[in-house]
This record gives sequence, C-alpha cells and structure tokens, in this order.
Amino acid sequence: MKLNIEIKDLLSAIDVPAQWVGIREVYEAHTPRMIRDGVPVANARSSTHGLMVEILVDGQFGYYGTPDMTPEGVSLAAKHAFQQAKIASKNSLYKFDESARPSFQGEYKSPYSKDRGALSAGNLNKILLEAYENLKISDKIVSASSLCQLIETSFKYVSSNGSDINQEFLMLEFDLSATAVDGSNQQTRTFGGMRGTCRQMGLEYFDKYEIMANANRIGEQAIELLDAEDCPTGEMDVVIAPDQMMLQIHESIGHALEVDRILGDERNYAGWSFVKLEDFGTLQYGSKLMNITFDPTLESEFASYAFDDGGLKATKEYLIKEGLLVRGLGGKESQIRSGLDGVANFRSSGWNRAPIDRMANINLEPGDSSFDDLIGQVENGVYMESNKSWSIDDYRNKFQFGCEYGKLIENGKLTKTVKNPNYRGISTPFWNSLKGVGDLNTFGIYGTPNCGKGEPNQVIRVGHASPACLFSNIQVFGGV
Amino acid sequence: MEKTFNNLCESLFSQLMPGENLVLSLNGENSQFVRFNNASVRQTGMVDDADLGLKFIFNGRTCNGGFTISGDHDIDQKRGLNEIERMRTESKEIPEDPFLVMPVDTGSSHEIKNANGLAFEDAVDAILPAMKGTDFVGILANGKMYRGSANNLGQRHWFETESFCLDYSLVTPEHQMVKGCYAGSDWNQSEYEDYVSQSRTKLSLMEKKPMKVDTGEYRTWFEAAAVADFLGMFSWNGISEASLRQGCSGFGRMRNEDVRLSNKFSIIEDFSPGFCPKFNSNGEVSPNSIPLIQNGTLKNTLVSSRSAKEYGVESNFAESGEYLRSPRMEPGKLNQENVTKEIDRGLYLSNIHYLNWSDNAGGRITGLTRYACFWVENGEIVAPIETMRFDDSFYRFFGEKLLDVEDKVTVVPEVSTYGQRSLGATTCPGILVDSFALTL
Repeated sequence: MKLNIEIKDLLSAIDVPAQWVGIREVYEAHTPRMIRDGVPVANARSSTHGLMVEILVDGQFGYYGTPDMTPEGVSLAAKHAFQQAKIASKNSLYKFDESARPSFQGEYKSPYSKDRGALSAGNLNKILLEAYENLKISDKIVSASSLCQLIETSFKYVSSNGSDINQEFLMLEFDLSATAVDGSNQQTRTFGGMRGTCRQMGLEYFDKYEIMANANRIGEQAIELLDAEDCPTGEMDVVIAPDQMMLQIHESIGHALEVDRILGDERNYAGWSFVKLEDFGTLQYGSKLMNITFDPTLESEFASYAFDDGGLKATKEYLIKEGLLVRGLGGKESQIRSGLDGVANFRSSGWNRAPIDRMANINLEPGDSSFDDLIGQVENGVYMESNKSWSIDDYRNKFQFGCEYGKLIENGKLTKTVKNPNYRGISTPFWNSLKGVGDLNTFGIYGTPNCGKGEPNQVIRVGHASPACLFSNIQVFGGV
Repeated sequence: MEKTFNNLCESLFSQLMPGENLVLSLNGENSQFVRFNNASVRQTGMVDDADLGLKFIFNGRTCNGGFTISGDHDIDQKRGLNEIERMRTESKEIPEDPFLVMPVDTGSSHEIKNANGLAFEDAVDAILPAMKGTDFVGILANGKMYRGSANNLGQRHWFETESFCLDYSLVTPEHQMVKGCYAGSDWNQSEYEDYVSQSRTKLSLMEKKPMKVDTGEYRTWFEAAAVADFLGMFSWNGISEASLRQGCSGFGRMRNEDVRLSNKFSIIEDFSPGFCPKFNSNGEVSPNSIPLIQNGTLKNTLVSSRSAKEYGVESNFAESGEYLRSPRMEPGKLNQENVTKEIDRGLYLSNIHYLNWSDNAGGRITGLTRYACFWVENGEIVAPIETMRFDDSFYRFFGEKLLDVEDKVTVVPEVSTYGQRSLGATTCPGILVDSFALTL
C-alpha cells in the first residue's frame, strides 16, 4: 500500500537554520515470480517506502532516512540531519554551497503499454511454467528455471531552492536458465547472462519476444555444451556478443570513469581508478572505433531517466569519442570538487541511502561492420556469448571474464561449440585492440540489477547497450 | 521496535482465517553512517529502517509479501492487512507448491545485547584525532540492529544488538594501502587508538617501492582476512544442498567423487559466539554447531527446510539461501611469528579482492591481491607487490597444497551494508599454501 504524500508541503515542517534543504521520497515495489524445476519458488511482492531529508549547513551535507513521513517525523529527521552535518562541518572534506543541488522541475515516465495488472499472478505463472517445460528438454537438465520480476518505482524530489521533480518507473527483469550435468561436467545456459535481460518496459514484453523459442534454444545449448570441447588456450582474436560486452563496458570503463572513485572516496571499498583527473582530454582509452556514451535517453534501456537523485537534468554525453577520453561519470558534487565536466549520475539505491556517482546507461555506439564481417576477419579465434564470471582489480586494470557459450572461429567461419570460454586482459591495452565494431543489426540492449558500490553499500540498476565487437590478440583459456 | 513488532504480530495473526498460516520476520536498524576520505568527513547521516516480511501459506500454496514499517500502528496494520488480502487472492491462482514449509512452534527466544557504544554525536571527534596525518578513508556504521520472527502458532524470537564498525584503509602517498576494521559493542577509546597505531606501523612497511612479480606458482601465506574471503565463496554456489542438487556447486567433486581436501582443513557453522541470531527468517533455530568439512571430508551441507522436503534429506535450518552465517575454520599449528621463515621465498598476502568462480565445477576461484601484500625472500619481507591476479582451485589451496594452518583464529566481522547492516562474522586462521597460481 503506497501512501500519497505531498512532500512539497513537508518542506514547511523543517525548522533548522540550514543553507539548503531537500526531501527525496522513494516508493519501490518488487514483484518476483519464479518457477524452478516445475514448481513455484517465488510469488512475492515487497515494497519499501520512505524519504530522505538532506540538509546543508556550514558547507556540509547531512542526511536522515526515515519511513515516518508525517510533518513531525520530517521535522525530527531534519533536526538529526542538521546535527550530523553541523558536527561534521568542522572536518568537512569539501565545503559545498547550494550550487551542488541545482534547481530543476520536470517529470519522467517509463515507456510501457501494459502495467502489472495486465497479467494475473495465475497467468504469469502459466507462462513461466510453459517456459520451464521448454527449457527441460532432456533428463540431463538437472535444473531449470524461469523468472520474471516487475519493479515499480516512484521518485519525488523537492528542495528549498525550487526543485520539483516527479519520476515514475516500470521495469522488468526476465531470465531463463538451464543447467545440464554429466558427471562432474556441469554447464548452465541463461537468457543473456545472469539477469542481463532487464529493461524499462511493462508486460508487453511477453507479446514482443519469443519466450518459448528462446527457452527451447537455451535448453538445447546447455545440452550441447556438455559434449563440447573446452575452450582453447592461447593468444587469439575474440568476437564478443552484446550480452558479454555489457559487462566488459561496465567493469573496465564505467567504474573506472566514476569521478568519486578517481577522487578517492571508494578506496576503502570498490577501489580507486587507473584514470587520473589529468587524463580527461588526453588519454587514448581505446582504438578510434570506440565511442562510449552516457545515455539516459535510450528508450526502454534499464537506467533511463530525466533527472538524477540530486535533481540534475540528464542528457546524453560522450565519455569516450574515437577512443579519446573526454568526460567522466561525475555528478554535480564531483564536478564541483574536480573542476571537470560531468553527467547527471548522482544516484542512490533508495530513500535510505545518500546519492553518489553511479553508472546509468553506459553504451558503446554501433559501428559499421556486419556480424559476418566481424567473424570473417578472424583466422583463428573464439566467439563468446553471455557472462557467467567477472572480476577486476581495484584500479580497474586487470580483468578476467568467463562466458557461458563459445564457438571457434576458423578461417573466417564459426565452427565448433566450445565450453568454458574465458579471457583476461588489462583495460586500456584491451580497448586499444578493438578491431571491429558491429552495426545496428548486432546491437543489443542489456543491463544489470546488481551493481554494487558505496559506503554504506548500495546496489543499483544500470543499462548497457552494445554491438558485437572484435578484439585482436587476447589471452583466452578454458576450464580446469 | 520490539513492541511495534509484537503489536503488529497480534493484529495480523488475529485476521487469519481457518487453514491459513502466517510467518512474520523483521529486519531493522537505527544506524549512523559516517563516510571519510582524506581523514575528513565526506558524507554523514542516519537511517531508521525496518522491514516486515510476510510468508502466507494456504491451500498448499506459499506467497510472500513485505513492506516498510512506518512506526504508525494504524498505517502498518493497514499495510499488513492489504498484504494478507493480496496473498489470500493470489493463493487461489498460483500453482500448488509440493515442498511448502509449514510453521512450527519449537519454542521462543529473546536476546537483547545492550552496549556502551559510541554516541552518535561523539563519533567524529572520537575517530579523527587518532588518524591525524594519515590518508584515512572508510566508513563508520554505528547503532542498533533488530531481528524478529513470529508465527501464528505462537512462536516468537527477538534479537537486538548494538554495535559499531569502523572499516577503513590507510594510504601512502605512493597509493599503497593497509586495511583496518575496528568493530565491537563497547567503545574503548584507548583500545581504538592502539588499534590505529598498529595500522600505522603496518603502513610503514608499505613505504618501499612495490615490486612486480612474474606470473607463476608461489608458496603463499594468506592472513585470516584473505581466508575469510575464500570461505565466503562457499556461500555462493558452494556448500548449499540446493546448489549441489541443481548442478551449480563447486562441491560436486567432494559429494559425488569422494574428493577430499587436506586433513588440516575443518570448518563448522558455529552459532555459539552469538554474532547473529540462531533463528532464521522462517523462525527455525539451528543447532549450536554444524560440522561441514571435517579433516578434509565433506560431512554436511547447509540444508534449508525447503531443500529437506524437495530432496528428502534432513534440514539443519539454514536460511532459504543456504549461505554461511557464522562459519568457523579450525586452527592448526603454525605460529604467525614463523610465517615468513616458512614461506622462505614467495608471497605474504593480507587481503584479496573481487573473487569469482572461474570454473565452479573445478572449484577454481579468480581474484586479485589487495592491500598489504608482500614479496618474501630468504624468510624476510622484501617489499610490497604490484597488484596480481590469481586463478586457482580450492581443491588445491585447501587441499593437496595446504601446508599448514595458523595456530590462532581471528574474528572477521561481516561489514556489508547492502540494504541494511549485516550481522555475523567469519572466524578463521591464516593458511600457508605450497604453490598458488598468479596468472596476470
């Protein structure tokens, strides 16, 4: 049950001598449904609803997150936030002023045509059960599951300097998974990597995509992997599908360009960055084929929005243009601290966490090679799909990724299926080895609901869209 | 908070109809978070938050719900009744669940741990002076945490604790770092200052220029914090019965092929220190101690009541996710003072970072060195090392390559604050491994 709160009226309940005051109200409901091995394992709906009062005093922000949205509750929250800020202001890292919270007004609504009520719990379970049956094509599939989660978010933001923002989001996560086992050989195939299929859209998703055909393909590929050879080891070319490119972009570009990391805020947790403030405008991050954008405007991508959680209007910006690093992922606070241009990426995981620099939609713009052109350029290499393992160092340099499904590329043709395809590298040499970028026909829109960062920790949704890409001379290897 | 929970329980249980069952769980906190960078305050604030989870069972079906507790009984009661009504309707539409877990009443519990903690208004002034002159970065999480469980059969559990955790790094001008975590219930200023002083001493070891190590296999010492990270992987596609049955566990070779780890390796789930409640979100109480791996042999997996029904085995009342809540690895015989001599030539790793399964079935884990990690030559620490990637199997480093285990254990607290502050800790010793694979 969502309470209807007029948060503009609540501003007047705040009585502390602050430079600036803001209130951010967030309501979010998750409705997951899941069938595993033919039986329902999740039919749930949970919601969270509260607000964060933010106070600026003596150049220091303080906050208080509370589920008590009465005028009395907000007044008390403001007093606590004021006290926290006042005490800390003697030791502030940076003295901010009101310009850190620019004034904007506006609205945003996710694009969708069918909301949660369009499919009953019973009907959605039937679809998921049918998908499970299409996944379970053999007794060798020891476990299979189909999952759908709908997320409804309502965001309101007002401030003493006139911000008034209202954003409504509807998001859908969908996954299919089949695990085939033969002795100690176990292979899992999913629908775009672990929950990689996530978009801002409604239940029209089930009309648009061929769920059952994909379930059948995933089941067949899980079985196919059981009998496949292990991925070869050596230095060779790789063609990477969009559902793995998304994590390559996420880990080796997105996190590295977060300006709060570069400024050292994250050194105790997620880490630092090999990128330095002086690298913007000078560092050749990748080959000339590489164009990376922060794009909160791409319709249906998971992290599209009109304003960030500090109220800044969001626009599409190039982060890397023709391989040259031009702009960082820094919200207004980071822009002020660093003196760099940034983007509207000051985001929080909810009403109980303060915003920090996050990714939103970070995309690799399409090039002009067809998929066949990319494969045709490779004499000896591997094509890889769907992430299953990821790891990168605290400076965002040395990465290693594992994928679910691979195909050998021999003399410009896709040939045998290989299991356990992995590759590793170092961020800028890797991106400078980018040799081919696929066209719009190879372009895929993915994302992840589970990007972790920040202290206190915050998990946030991000979107990544990319074409298939060809990289040359990469360290490739298989399983044990 | 306890009164709020109990009042809600009474209101909601009284609305159940014949044949309906309801299990309620509460997770709450009243926390202060102060974030530091460059020995100054980056962000500061407080959070009041409590969520009520509802598990509704009727007609052979299970539905779940949840909402934020506002603190206003009328609002919260209305939210709860709306949830029950929604689940009542859904339970007539969704498929039957053949493995549903019914509530039972096996007795109630009540545990409140009060403390002389760090007052919110004193926190910054208590912490910063000891850090003067250092590049100190990290987070203070401080305050009360609550866990509750109740069902309509009358079972009630309540767990309430007050604690602080200052999780931090000190950084040299050349960007070398050491990690510290000062955590507890009663704040002791002089003990805190001593702890920071030890971190400063360790930091001085990081002043030498870091050296590059070639890829290859090395004799390696892992401090307890690094071992705790490896053990953390057992909670993810690891020692869960469901993971094993569903073909996504690294322990398949131990279960199906009788592969054993080193007889020096033993691990139990140990609730006796009271780091977290013994009851799970379903209200079930675990045994005080569950042996998992004993002298290298897999004795038990973590089994939730749902897995028990689904796979016909006995439950040990693990959480539904079948993850470790309070693991303890048994100590061995190696004295920490002898570690560098025993390494002779190799690696001394205090912390590791960003672990993931690189080949789950083979038990292979990849990750990176981080913080105070050193090259050792002729039994002496030579210099810190540049960050290296490793990729090796726990069947090797907890198995045939495990040379020795430290003779004392360290409590490594759970510091995660995703969604809310976590409870629990890993208790473990350091380990010495004969050859460990660096790959990049």
